[in-house]
Amino acid sequence: MNAAPVNGVISDQMAPDFLLAVEGLTVSFDGFKAVNDLSFYVDEHEIRVIVGPNGAGKTTVLDLICGKTKATSGSIKFRNQELTRMSESSIVKAGVGRKFQNPSIYDDLTVFENLEISYPKGRSVFGALTFRRDAAVKERVQEVAEMIFLENKLFERAEFLSHGQKQWLEIGMLLIQDPDLLMLDEPVAGMSVSERVKTAELLNKIIANRSIIVIEHDMKFVEDIAHKVTVLHQGKVLSEGTMDRVKNDPKVVEVYLGH
Amino acid sequence: MKSTAFLSRSEWIGVAIVAALILVVLPLSVDGFRLNLVGKYLTYAFVALGLVMCWGYGGILSLGQGIFFGLGGYCMAMFLKLEASSVENTKIQSTPGIPDFMDWNQITALPWFWEPFRSLPMTIILVIAVPVFFAFIIGFAMFTRRVGGTYFAIITQAIAAILTILIVGQQGYTGGINGITDLRTLNGWDIRTDDAKYILYFVNAGLLLGCVLIAYFVKHSKLGRILVAMREKEDRVRFSGYSVAGFKIFVFCLAAGFSAIGGAMFALQVGFMSPSFVGIVPSIEMVIYTAVGGRLSILGAIYGTLLVNWAKTSFSESFPELWLLGLGGLFIAVVLAFPNGLAGLYQSYVEPRLGKLTGKKSDETNGALPQGSPAE
Repeated sequence: MNAAPVNGVISDQMAPDFLLAVEGLTVSFDGFKAVNDLSFYVDEHEIRVIVGPNGAGKTTVLDLICGKTKATSGSIKFRNQELTRMSESSIVKAGVGRKFQNPSIYDDLTVFENLEISYPKGRSVFGALTFRRDAAVKERVQEVAEMIFLENKLFERAEFLSHGQKQWLEIGMLLIQDPDLLMLDEPVAGMSVSERVKTAELLNKIIANRSIIVIEHDMKFVEDIAHKVTVLHQGKVLSEGTMDRVKNDPKVVEVYLGH
Repeated sequence: MKSTAFLSRSEWIGVAIVAALILVVLPLSVDGFRLNLVGKYLTYAFVALGLVMCWGYGGILSLGQGIFFGLGGYCMAMFLKLEASSVENTKIQSTPGIPDFMDWNQITALPWFWEPFRSLPMTIILVIAVPVFFAFIIGFAMFTRRVGGTYFAIITQAIAAILTILIVGQQGYTGGINGITDLRTLNGWDIRTDDAKYILYFVNAGLLLGCVLIAYFVKHSKLGRILVAMREKEDRVRFSGYSVAGFKIFVFCLAAGFSAIGGAMFALQVGFMSPSFVGIVPSIEMVIYTAVGGRLSILGAIYGTLLVNWAKTSFSESFPELWLLGLGGLFIAVVLAFPNGLAGLYQSYVEPRLGKLTGKKSDETNGALPQGSPAE
């Protein structure tokens, strides 16, 4: 009887600490455990970078959080909502946005239309039929387009953007939804050096209102943006902490350089 | 900037040209018999129009649109048949007042599912409601389980085959392989006279233009852009907070609704309905009309349907055995040489020249032209 209120107090105190709490997460594909008893926590306004060798389970972790893959066991709590039991679209509505590894944009539509589709209104069939492109929509699209350096490309078909611009566009498509947690799978892959610098600026700018999980291989970029780094290896956390700590962790050095 | 208005200028012109063609030019230039044939072809154009929305924009290839055309047609034919089977018309039967084929099959009372078709308003509702509901069930079962692409096409084809077999097998209830024939009057109005055929032609053409406008409305709404987005990157749409299945079900039901109107108008104009308009062959032929017209072109669906059927009629009058080969060849040619059909040819060759002639920048209304892969 006495224990119950104490537990309540603890969880109330813990709730605001973590935006995302992943605990004991396991997924197995035909017996192969791509993610094995994984736990990590992401704070509000944190940029977390997940690194790790190929096959470490980085992308799978994002798939699990956004609902693309269903967990075998474990829990993913986002603002105390259990994501493992929610549909993909309700996870998005709860405030989780995810960018895919290859830029997933709509080639046949213009930049404006790409952003407009992600605008969080008119998401039902009927809502989409009666959706009006009003001043608020145009203003928001313009605002996001400026953030992602594409304000002069609004009415070009997305197909004709450069690879880096496509990456920005997809980030913009997530920003327009104003998610609390943004997950980016290799956002600077295929970008030039100057584009990488701009992307790092962009991420540091948008952090004010949200947390970001980034998967990235480019260590220079990771150093530019990471608050904390989680190193995955064979579906488990190998090391976690600031970039400096992780870089000097003998376990990490062994995995990266040992073979 | 691409217009989000209901119709752009060039689209209005396009609709006006089609309207002039089917409402003025064809009725003035061909005789009554041929006009009735054109009317029959235009009923297929409803199906092609549905396929433009479903396949062209939504990327969902259905090889079973004959199902919905057939259901719409059967609903209409059941009403007409009941009216033609009045007690006095059928007094020589052992059970007067029921359709003749039921009497031949020793059925002595009207089956329950025929009862609603005694009333015209009810029939008009059911003409749309039955096929759309059936499409909803198929769509719900398939799309929420994420069945798509080739698998979906094969399943729709299988359903078309099953429905044909069911209709043929249940001869006493459906008229079997002969279908429902000898349709005479609509609320006492004889639909077999030349005048009636004339009027029905115009009703049909008007309904088709109405459906064209609905298609344009959907295309220009945000839903139209979501369809294109879904066709390209389904996962991106899903992870932008949309329930992809809901949108697919909607467009599949829309296509079914269009097809059903076509089917009902077919029964009225041709005077019978049979399982040969339900099965695999007509369903695939209708996909060919859409492909020839251009699967991304709403108006192309009408031109494609008219053109292929005109070719079919003229070829099969002179070389009946060669027609099917010709049709197959046409389909291969469309897929290999001009994947966007007549509309694609128009956009790449005619439109730029027109633009030069009139000195205006051509309107980029059909910006959404993916290359190749028409089977997806």
